[in-house]
Amino acid sequence: MVPLSWYLIFSAALFCIGLYGVLARKNAIAILLSIELMLNAVNVNLVAFWRYRYSEALNGQAFAVMVFAVAAAEVAVGLALIISIYRRRNTVVADDIDMMKW
Amino acid sequence: MTIEKIIFLVIAAISLGAALMVVTSRKLIHSALWLILTLFGVAVVYGILDAGFLAVAQVVIYIGAIAILFIFAVMLTRRANQDTGSQNNQYWWVAAPLSALLFGGLVWMMGSWQGYSTELPKLALEAKSGMLKQLGQLLVSPDGYVLPFELASVLLVAALIGAIWVAWDRK
Repeated sequence: MVPLSWYLIFSAALFCIGLYGVLARKNAIAILLSIELMLNAVNVNLVAFWRYRYSEALNGQAFAVMVFAVAAAEVAVGLALIISIYRRRNTVVADDIDMMKW
Repeated sequence: MTIEKIIFLVIAAISLGAALMVVTSRKLIHSALWLILTLFGVAVVYGILDAGFLAVAQVVIYIGAIAILFIFAVMLTRRANQDTGSQNNQYWWVAAPLSALLFGGLVWMMGSWQGYSTELPKLALEAKSGMLKQLGQLLVSPDGYVLPFELASVLLVAALIGAIWVAWDRK
């Protein structure tokens, strides 16, 4: 049987890959893709802890469902913002979107 | 090495490899397609963890909706994505060791926790019988998560309206 530590290492690796993507990519859509990776890593953690430590109740799965809803909302608004910015400024590079910087 | 371990290792390797391709591939549409493979691997991990509903929800919501939305967004902004140069900003060399450091720190910190290598316990009997029904009741019962559940639906409606409003072409 697989011990809990394997799931934790897997999700930590997934989270760190996502973090690298958020910090290193210059395309705003690629940053959102990496945020999805990080949210998935969190969900793997929630479900693994639920299964190994607390499987008599389903609270861990309920939390994971909430994360799904938040992720869907985040992607919808994020992509709408990116498309709107692309229409006005013709760019999706995060460094060029600095209207709020002075 | 049992069969479960082999299956987990194969799935984890595929998911992590695909995740690496997501953050390194030059063409954004390829990134989005690799993301689908990663999400599918995570869905299989949910399946291994006896969370069948989440595995199905992962395929339907993440792969069916979110990944397709990403592909649409990539195609809608195609002109801006045509430069095939480096996709990294000038600080990517800071990001790589920072992520590696975070990974090392996380693994080190989890290794010092006593429940780190817990073996798989038997699925509790009440969880096994009618897990889907129990999850549904938990999400809408006043003792459970009805308030976060309703908040999530309000959030989704707000995001829907907000997305339409933001992306509206007023010309």
